[in-house]
Amino acid sequence: MPDITINGRAYALPEDPRTTLLDFLHQELAMFGAKKGCDHGQCGACTVLVNDERMNACLLLAFQLAGKTVTTIEGIASEDALHPLQQAFIDKDAFQCGYCTSGQICSGVALQQELADNQPSTLWFDEHYTRLEDVKERLSGNLCRCGAYPHIVEAVTTVTEAE
Amino acid sequence: MKPFTVMPLEEANDLRHPSGSTRFLAGGTNLVDLMKHQIETPDTLIDLSGWKSANTICEDEDQFLIGAMVSNTALAKFAYQHPSLSLLAQALLSGATVQLRNRATTAGNLLQRTRCYQFYDTTKPCNKREPGSGCSAIGSFNRIHAILGTSPHCIASHPSDMATAMTALDASVNTITPDGQTRSIPVRQLYKLPGDTPHLETWLQENELIVNVSIPKHSAGTQVYKKVRDRSSYAFALVSVACDMQLKDGIITDVRLAFGSVGPHPWHAQSTESFLKGKTATAALFEEAAEIALSPAQGFGGNDYKIPMLKRTLIHVLQQVADHQSAQPGHQGAIYAR
Ligand SMILES: Cc1cc2nc3c(=O)[nH]c(=O)nc-3n(C[C@H](O)[C@H](O)[C@H](O)COP(=O)(O)OP(=O)(O)OC[C@H]3O[C@@H](n4cnc5c(N)ncnc54)[C@H](O)[C@@H]3O)c2cc1C
Ligand code: FES
Ligand code: FES
Repeated sequence: MPDITINGRAYALPEDPRTTLLDFLHQELAMFGAKKGCDHGQCGACTVLVNDERMNACLLLAFQLAGKTVTTIEGIASEDALHPLQQAFIDKDAFQCGYCTSGQICSGVALQQELADNQPSTLWFDEHYTRLEDVKERLSGNLCRCGAYPHIVEAVTTVTEAE
Repeated sequence: MKPFTVMPLEEANDLRHPSGSTRFLAGGTNLVDLMKHQIETPDTLIDLSGWKSANTICEDEDQFLIGAMVSNTALAKFAYQHPSLSLLAQALLSGATVQLRNRATTAGNLLQRTRCYQFYDTTKPCNKREPGSGCSAIGSFNRIHAILGTSPHCIASHPSDMATAMTALDASVNTITPDGQTRSIPVRQLYKLPGDTPHLETWLQENELIVNVSIPKHSAGTQVYKKVRDRSSYAFALVSVACDMQLKDGIITDVRLAFGSVGPHPWHAQSTESFLKGKTATAALFEEAAEIALSPAQGFGGNDYKIPMLKRTLIHVLQQVADHQSAQPGHQGAIYAR
């Protein structure tokens, strides 16, 4: 079986081709950071980075990711310090129950790179474009049942503006 | 999910004799979802993930050529940089979310299945899922369903934004048939009307592989993709309008129109285009055009609202584009773009 690299470590891919990346993380690697919300690509709780692009782990069949690099929330921090966005989530009180948080942070981390890469968004066609609305649009793939959005957006924009 | 075996495309050198039912797996954002619901239960998946050559976009003098596996994100970025493809960028970026667009592919998006609730609910009859079982959307909850091109056997709508833009831009899919022939099919002719066989959705043969999509380079005007939906992000369209129009001295010299989420496939508004061409752009003309566009429309209760909604959206878009063309003769691309 070819390998998949997750948070810097190589693992053998699961034998059953039905295994999604999300179930692989949970059931075989006991990494529970990426959450299962809807399991159908509708909530963003399972967001991880695949070759630095954010994707919904619940819709990825793991076997398709042979040779790819995956970063989950467990791999976002460095050895001795939180990622600036993790710190911002604490500083800005950007969660309530915390269930959506790991997906929100993975999305927020990818978002910084997307902005740096000038990745267009639908807001770029909007007469009333503002950077804030653009960030909200880019975060719209992550739903929060607690409704912690104002603080989540604040945490992400704090880090974005600091970049 | 039902068990299945996997065959990488590179090893699938003979697609004529597939074992049982076979599906191509691109990004999987639709197929995996349907397999989880056991709506799709293929015996074999032909895995396209290692198909490197399908990941490129090229262009020559006459056309843009977009590989089947180019992600919606990559295509949106490319289209954004080309004013004549602005419609495509607008449509793509209005669809789904970044996470999904990073994974979704060009061919997969064209062939995504309907979001009809009854199609997704395996406890309900559905002619698309189980031919001959009946349509449980007629006479029940059907607010997202089609108002054009339906049949008594199926009123499901096609949800793709990208395919609607491709329809307006007159793109074609280039394929390889299972017996190794290549052919090209205009997106406007790719999809079948439901009739009494709603489970047959396209003219593609079983195991016919989309290799790339070509978009002819024609002179473009002002382009608008207007998507109306329940919330402003992360929702499918209720109705959408794709419009590319050029005016010269107040006269409509060229217009391309397609509607999304109102038909069994992206709806090419051919008769409306013909009606508009060569006429002076006025508010009264646009009202009349909307009546013509929607004259064959039929609602099923829950989706009746789509008829006036599409009329108004169409009138709004035509007026907006005409105003912009008048103010900026020869303009190409989006009205607002950063
Ligand atoms: C929550 C959610 C929201 C969404 N919102 C929107 C939206 O607002 N607008 C919108 O347009 N879409 C939306 N989508 C749909 C999304 O765009 C599609 O799922 C995606 O484009 C499908 O691409 P894929 O590569 O993942 O296809 P897959 O799931 O891999 O395949 C889809 C179909 O295409 C076939 N196929 C794939 N490649 C080929 C090929 N090369 N040749 C022949 N057949 C092929 C497969 O066999 C399968 O039948 C949404 C999806 C989700 C889950
Ligand atoms: S669990 Fe993957 S998107 Fe909801
Ligand atoms: S913090 Fe509870 S779901 Fe977002």
